[in-house]
Amino acid sequence: MNLTLQVWRQSGPDAPGGLKEYQATGISPDMSFLEMLDVVNEGLIERGDLPIAFDHDCREGICGSCGMMINGVAHGPMKGTATCQLHMRSFHDGDTVVIEPWRARAFPVIRDLVVNRAALDRVIAAGGYVSVNTGSPQDANNIPVPKDDADAAMDAAACIGCGACVAACPNGSASLFTGAKISHLGLLPQGQPERYRRALSMVSQMDLEDFGYCTWYGECQEACPKEISIDVISRMNRDFMVATLREPEARETSSGEG
Amino acid sequence: MTLELNSRIPAGPLPEKWDRHRFEMKLVNPANKRKHTIIVVGSGLAGAAAAASFSELGYNVRCYCYQDSPRRAHSIAAQGGINAAKNYQNDGDSVRRLFYDTIKGGDFRSREANTWRLAQVSVNIIDQCVAQGVPFAREYGGLLANRSFGGAQVSRTFYARGQTGQQLLLGAYQALEKEIARGGVKMYPRAEMLDLIVVNGRARGIVVRDELTGTVEPHFADTVVLCTGGYSNVFYLSTNAKGCNATAIWRAYKRGAAFANPCYTQIHPTCIPVAGDYQSKLTLMSESLRNDGRVWVPKRREDVGKKPNDIPEADRDYYLERKYPSFGNLSPRDIASRAAKEACDDGRGVGPGGRGVYLDFADAIKRLGVEKIRERYGNLFEMYERITDENPYQVPMRIYPAPHYTMGGLWVDYNLMSNVPGLHVGGEANFSDHGANRLGASALMQGLSDGYFILPATVSDYLGSNKLEPVSADAPEVKAAVADVAERTRKLLSIQGTRTVASFHRELGHIMWEYCGMARSAEGLKKALELIPKLREEFWRDVRIPGAGTELNQTLEHAGRVADFLELGELMCRDALHREESCGGHFRVEHQTADGEALRDDEHFAYVAAWQYAGPSAPPILNKEPLEFESVKLSTRSYK
Repeated sequence: MNLTLQVWRQSGPDAPGGLKEYQATGISPDMSFLEMLDVVNEGLIERGDLPIAFDHDCREGICGSCGMMINGVAHGPMKGTATCQLHMRSFHDGDTVVIEPWRARAFPVIRDLVVNRAALDRVIAAGGYVSVNTGSPQDANNIPVPKDDADAAMDAAACIGCGACVAACPNGSASLFTGAKISHLGLLPQGQPERYRRALSMVSQMDLEDFGYCTWYGECQEACPKEISIDVISRMNRDFMVATLREPEARETSSGEG
Repeated sequence: MTLELNSRIPAGPLPEKWDRHRFEMKLVNPANKRKHTIIVVGSGLAGAAAAASFSELGYNVRCYCYQDSPRRAHSIAAQGGINAAKNYQNDGDSVRRLFYDTIKGGDFRSREANTWRLAQVSVNIIDQCVAQGVPFAREYGGLLANRSFGGAQVSRTFYARGQTGQQLLLGAYQALEKEIARGGVKMYPRAEMLDLIVVNGRARGIVVRDELTGTVEPHFADTVVLCTGGYSNVFYLSTNAKGCNATAIWRAYKRGAAFANPCYTQIHPTCIPVAGDYQSKLTLMSESLRNDGRVWVPKRREDVGKKPNDIPEADRDYYLERKYPSFGNLSPRDIASRAAKEACDDGRGVGPGGRGVYLDFADAIKRLGVEKIRERYGNLFEMYERITDENPYQVPMRIYPAPHYTMGGLWVDYNLMSNVPGLHVGGEANFSDHGANRLGASALMQGLSDGYFILPATVSDYLGSNKLEPVSADAPEVKAAVADVAERTRKLLSIQGTRTVASFHRELGHIMWEYCGMARSAEGLKKALELIPKLREEFWRDVRIPGAGTELNQTLEHAGRVADFLELGELMCRDALHREESCGGHFRVEHQTADGEALRDDEHFAYVAAWQYAGPSAPPILNKEPLEFESVKLSTRSYK
């Protein structure tokens, strides 16, 4: 199949960017979206042009490196699928495909489709962990976890940190990402001692970055390649609220719910 | 001049070696720890676990990764699980049994002492990870669930759906972020190590290229720890992430670190087959699927074109169950891979090009119901369907072996230190624990064992036993290493030839897969040893890299990695040619039993082959570390 691509090209963080048109010819429907871009890039290099820069690594939907807006939709048309797992059979011969980087204030463009998502790491650094050092903890089976809780925690922990939720959100909010980590740890007994402290500090960090607020558009859960439920945001807000009640002075440090 | 390879295996009975060694090793006083800086390259299971643990102890840590975040290291893609000798299932497991399974699975080509320690530490890993909040699968009673994996008759694999690597890595990553926030670790993402700095014979730093600005700078430390993963991408098509590379360990090799057993590569039996020339990587389908899936091909060649569900039971050859009745579909990876190749070579392979076998869940679905299967493997089935457009609940999966893991790596002693003092190597980047074949669910175990428990103890011992003077940025060794990197980048960019980097990588991959893949012959390896230098020469004459070195340039990054693969591939073939025996993943067609099984030669080859760089125009020098077995008896591996 043959497609027309309109790809965002931007040579650097401060350079102006714009859509540029390319032809993708002889594309097999069994190719992944990124393999289609590989083919286009090979052609660009052979012609002496600069290839389109995009982040990618595992190409099996788990590392979270890849991600682009495809016809305005984060990760493209297939639900529950990261860009690398999207295949060209989702498109038709003759289609025009518009490819842009994640659009969010908190994710400045580095080059073409590559953006800086370090803000997500900083949200985790603010409290997305259980504070145990390496050592000799108790035997693993001394902490029984009801299966339902373990499964729910795993659902939330499946987040790959790709940033699609932020890119899809009209407000550029990272609430699904942050809520997922707060829920994963908050659902487990190991996460209880720091539960409220964690909610407070992660939400505060989210506010300090350039993420917007959650106003329940729900676009995030539609875009999430791991189909993480928006319920995690409710849990985050509950934990955050309890945290501010328990520690009234904490309210000063943050401007409100995620 | 050959090397003196001292494995530094502690004295005493096998089960007591590690505890005794831990007591004998030097400690560093807490007040002095903060005076030491440790460089950790790589942020996968081994790297992130080591960096976090060093920082918790009080050391200053600098950690580097080529990805945009440490959470993206390829450990994240491990699916099936992690082994531990917990014996929670009361099925006869023990440290000794895990040790024995691992030694036997590695075809008696690993060090007893290292492997014992791995089995011993395995139980602590699970405790540590659960304390961190890793959401392992659980039974209704709230206790941890287990499943079986290849090469074992006990159920000792802990798992988090089909995303065990992800959850373990996120545990280590979160510990790392905790230490970054505390100020103990300085993280350098989008940074690539391009050389090792050796001063007065000791590893004292690395040369790093910032991928965003192209700036090349030396970074100094008291010791360097490489946890940079394996080199399966030498085959171009592999289950590794696109960015996985051998550059860090290869540059260390060229600065004097010995490279051990480079030909020991693991070809994983259950991957989605190649679909076309455009293919950029191969996708693994977890070995855990073999718990419930049955592997088969048609008995008759004329049936290969038929729809699988139209082939009656009597006309199917469940060849693993037939050939290895006691392990069946859970035979070790090397054996299952070779059996698949054999069936396809016999003209009974299925799918495009006849390079595929079926992995069939119909019986399991009948026995357990669709829901149970969905709960166990749902995400894997979805992934399979997304890639192939076939529904594995209804038609059997098609699978074929693909390069997956490299048991070879930099030579290390019992302390995980290479022959270059101060250079430590952990995880897949070293050679130490798996011999000639790694059992499933053991890579995560080794990465975390090295990172959480071994390196923090042994690196402290190194720092406590040596007086290390500060290194000056003006030292001639430092200036030379930085200049070498700059010159190499300049040269790559100046060629401006006609061929793309990817085309060279693909061609190298074809050569390696054809001649140094699942079956190797002296004739084929000799041919590869002619082809690779020619290809390398062409690369340095005709590669085309657009763009500049002072900005994000992904083609330039790839080119540097391919340049190193073009040298490493040759060393792999050389090693495979010299090892005149078959063992584990290394199968030489000249050395097989009458029924096609690997034929070892313990008399001549029970050693670690540690290759030493001898300069650009001289062949590498072979050093041998004899393998001595006190506890296990060398036997012919049988899974029948």
